[in-house]
Amino acid sequence: MLILECPYCGVHAEETELHAGGEAHLKRFGPGASDEDFHDYLFMRENPKGVHLERWRHVNGCGKWFHAARCTMTLEVFGTYTAQTSEPPQEIKDKISAKRPGWTWREFSA
Amino acid sequence: MSKAQSALNGASYAGLAKVEETGLGGMITLRGDFASAGFQAAVKAATGCDVPGVRKIASSEVGAVAWMSPDELLLLVDYAGVDAVVAQISEALAGEHHLAVNVSDARACFAVSGEGAREVIAKVAPVDLAPGQFEAGDFRRTRFAQVAGAFWLDEAGVFHIVCFRSVAVYMYNLLCTSAHPQSKVGVYA
Repeated sequence: MLILECPYCGVHAEETELHAGGEAHLKRFGPGASDEDFHDYLFMRENPKGVHLERWRHVNGCGKWFHAARCTMTLEVFGTYTAQTSEPPQEIKDKISAKRPGWTWREFSA
Repeated sequence: MSKAQSALNGASYAGLAKVEETGLGGMITLRGDFASAGFQAAVKAATGCDVPGVRKIASSEVGAVAWMSPDELLLLVDYAGVDAVVAQISEALAGEHHLAVNVSDARACFAVSGEGAREVIAKVAPVDLAPGQFEAGDFRRTRFAQVAGAFWLDEAGVFHIVCFRSVAVYMYNLLCTSAHPQSKVGVYA
């Protein structure tokens, strides 16, 4: 059972109270973008074994979207953070680095 | 105008705990900036309460205010006076970004009381209800089996639940099943 702490209401919510929202920090390519960028934005997703950044929504709760950093292999949760950011905060990066030195995820790394 | 009726007309059931539909309750969804002095004053004027802390409910003689999310409160007032309160809030917050809506008729209210109340709710909601973890004045939005709902505990040890009126029958049947006399687990006994 995955348990994530909602950064908005502080509830340690278990999976059934949450809704998975896919990959975090996607950069939108819309009208005017090249076909290649638009294709990658629509279809290309990370599928790592290890550190992963995701969006979640506390759907049966305060209703807010937030981000979570976790390990897809061990289900270990490194931390959750606000949705109002386009990259993981340093605090979260440090927490991941402490457990998975040398990690990388898309353009982000320790 | 036709007479307003609650979803289940005050149905009640006695088992491990007493489950009852508590009838029509006045409810207002109020969204806005909690930090704004005008917002705080409007809440105070409507309910006699200050804006509650995270996952708390504050109550007074005229009403109660529950924390729903970082930008949303649930105001509980007298059913008959809801429209007047909404009008009063809208006037007080004119020009300020906010939303105040009467949601009374979209909701159903239940009370679960008695010795087994904690267990009855704990069986159907993913919340730690151990004494000390959930106490009077605490408020929690969560799910009850398959439907969304919110609940709080009052000073008298009664749990109050609110959910959408469209799922009132589901909620009532769920709570009654959970309160079945032969289903005691005794985890909080």
